[in-house]
Amino acid sequence: MTAPSRIVPGASTSQPLLRVEDLSVVFQRKGEAATRAVDGVTFSVGPGQTLGLVGESGCGKSVTSLAIMGLLPQRGVKVSGAVYFEDRNLLELSDGELRDLRGAEIAMIFQDPLSALNPVIPIGIQVTEVLTRHRDMKGDAARAEAVNLLDRVGIPDPKRRLTEYPHQLSGGMRQRALIAMALACQPRLLIADEPTTALDVTIQAQILELLRELVVGSDTALVLITHDLGVVAGLCDTVHVMYAGRIIENADRREIFYNGRHPYTGGLLGSIPRLDAVRGETLHPIRGSARDAIPWVEGCAFAPRCDHVQDDCIGQPPPLGTIAGGHLLRCLHPLAKSELPQTETLETIL
Amino acid sequence: MSMPVGTVDDGRTRAAAGEVLLDVEGLKVYFPIRSGIFFDRTIGHVKAVDGVDLSIRRGETYGLVGESGCGKSTFGRGILRLNEPTEGKVIFDGVDVASIDGEALRSMRRRMQMIFQDPLSSLDPRQNIESIMSEGMHAHGLGGNGSARRTRITELLEAVGMSASALRRYPHEFSGGQRQRIGIARALAVEPDLIVADEPVSALDVSVQAQVINLLEKLQGEFGLTYLVIAHDLAVVRHISDTVGVMYLGRLVEQAPSDDLYAEPLHPYTRALMSAVPVPDPEVEDRRERILLAGDLPSPANPPTGCRFHTRCPWRQETRCDDEEPQLRGLTTTSSGVASVTSPSTSTAEPPHPAGPGTGDSVVPKAPHLVACHWAEQIRDGHIRAKSAEQVAADQGVYIAAEGGLEPETLIDAGRDPF
Repeated sequence: MTAPSRIVPGASTSQPLLRVEDLSVVFQRKGEAATRAVDGVTFSVGPGQTLGLVGESGCGKSVTSLAIMGLLPQRGVKVSGAVYFEDRNLLELSDGELRDLRGAEIAMIFQDPLSALNPVIPIGIQVTEVLTRHRDMKGDAARAEAVNLLDRVGIPDPKRRLTEYPHQLSGGMRQRALIAMALACQPRLLIADEPTTALDVTIQAQILELLRELVVGSDTALVLITHDLGVVAGLCDTVHVMYAGRIIENADRREIFYNGRHPYTGGLLGSIPRLDAVRGETLHPIRGSARDAIPWVEGCAFAPRCDHVQDDCIGQPPPLGTIAGGHLLRCLHPLAKSELPQTETLETIL
Repeated sequence: MSMPVGTVDDGRTRAAAGEVLLDVEGLKVYFPIRSGIFFDRTIGHVKAVDGVDLSIRRGETYGLVGESGCGKSTFGRGILRLNEPTEGKVIFDGVDVASIDGEALRSMRRRMQMIFQDPLSSLDPRQNIESIMSEGMHAHGLGGNGSARRTRITELLEAVGMSASALRRYPHEFSGGQRQRIGIARALAVEPDLIVADEPVSALDVSVQAQVINLLEKLQGEFGLTYLVIAHDLAVVRHISDTVGVMYLGRLVEQAPSDDLYAEPLHPYTRALMSAVPVPDPEVEDRRERILLAGDLPSPANPPTGCRFHTRCPWRQETRCDDEEPQLRGLTTTSSGVASVTSPSTSTAEPPHPAGPGTGDSVVPKAPHLVACHWAEQIRDGHIRAKSAEQVAADQGVYIAAEGGLEPETLIDAGRDPF
């Protein structure tokens, strides 16, 4: 495997491509209580960088991506904050301006390729649609480029595949087709929302390798949204852990995995059975479920599930503070370094 | 927790711990492919399970792994006869389940219960928890009446970590993890010997997955259960299983004690599968070498001849692989044991727990390491080199993983003398 010695460009040294500042998304329907799905999320990602947004279901990671793309429904949703793509605030653009950007400069890969592709239109037309819309390509030129794209993402016999419908493709090939569409205009920002969750591990390995090649050494930025810390460990430069709509910890990937300080981060790491761990060790799950979160205004949302909870955790929300260079943490009583689950690992052929 | 649950007295003599509880021989489950409007002709079969032999000892956890479409779920359902087996024997505690019918089958099913993947769709939304739990008990005449049964249900709910306040509530009122606990409690309500858990945690969040895995291990000790755990997640399966079987396209390709399988996967498919599982550790991720497979799973309606994996196998040879079907066989172990061939540190690092977690004091004899590959020894000893995914793809005319993927020499560090 290519094991690039990745240099993480710090936010200060390189101009970020995407800057999300204090992004909040509130869902409110008439007569019902408001739900704050995303609550003051701030992050930035530069060219050639991969940023991981990690959390369990309901933590707001997908809503964050939809808000960046401007894909949330107009009604009943309040989006505040700012999303800067270079110098333009995406939240202030008109629908037409956004449409010019989406697909061309910013592209998205969704979790379930079968529901993201139109089932009654052949793959070829769906791919050439992007080319026609953004690159003014028509007819044979567009088709040739589509063949080229499908070939690039590893779809065999791309000419024949162009005429096929999504249901005729396997799950891995559908995801490749979706990636081909996302790449059609060489976007500078790629947002992948659980791109491999619906796939088998061997196919997942193929797709992750493809994404890695697209980003490393290019000037494309990738925002990877996932619940799988294993995927993050292999692909992301920086990791943001989300819980109940807020970022609770942020650091580069080594720092998160070897020096993660938030009890939730530690809990996630302790919950995963590792393939290379000594067998027979019990897992250390987090008690309760994400449903037990309390609103951030009443204290730390994780407090009801936290083993480190103390009296001052309830009352006011803990601030997001810097504990070391670039390591941000939202916790009053963090784990000591030694408290991170230590896994005894075995040597193996892997 | 002292409960009279573990002791079932139904007049049957139960196999002692360590004895074979379930013995499956040559199980085949085919689904007909029909065509035509007037004449419902069968034009072929999807061979979901195509001749699988395995046996599970009492108190053991057998983990069955494979990717979607490999037939692992159908196998589990075939054992319980939720899908009728086409051929083969399923001998459960001395009785061939495939040959019994009616009342005999019904009472046999009490002893084999299933936990399903999606807890919401496997619980009736219109029944409250008490009603869901008591249905099976009622059908099998267990747990007495009225208040005695309720006490029993409360005990079971406590055993899975839920309170009695759940009795009157409905499935939609619970979170995914709680629903899965209810599904487990329901399976336990009829005092089964064998529990077939089909993807018991894959629909759950990571932190909740670990709770359910720990719960399954705890219950195994308390209730003296035998598990068949079916899952796609190799890490989860390895964590809870004593023996692991790897399925590919309806066939078992490798079976070994959990630690042996991990220490030295012998089948090329197992190797690829294990190398594809992401590990939450950046250093491991950077260091490890992935074996990328070419293409997708072939159609089980028309499986490849010979070894079913030969179309994607990086170690495919010109002879035998294409036309000779490999059988599961035990590999001759070296004097220091199979596990020590490539990783001598394993045997020393291993804690002495032959029974694995949750099996209590029942010591399960170690199963042999079986593999269905003609060239397993040569691959193990590094006499055969792996080809890159591109080469396999070019040979087979299937698509490849990624453009400019791996250099062949970085793929697997197996290179000594070419065979």
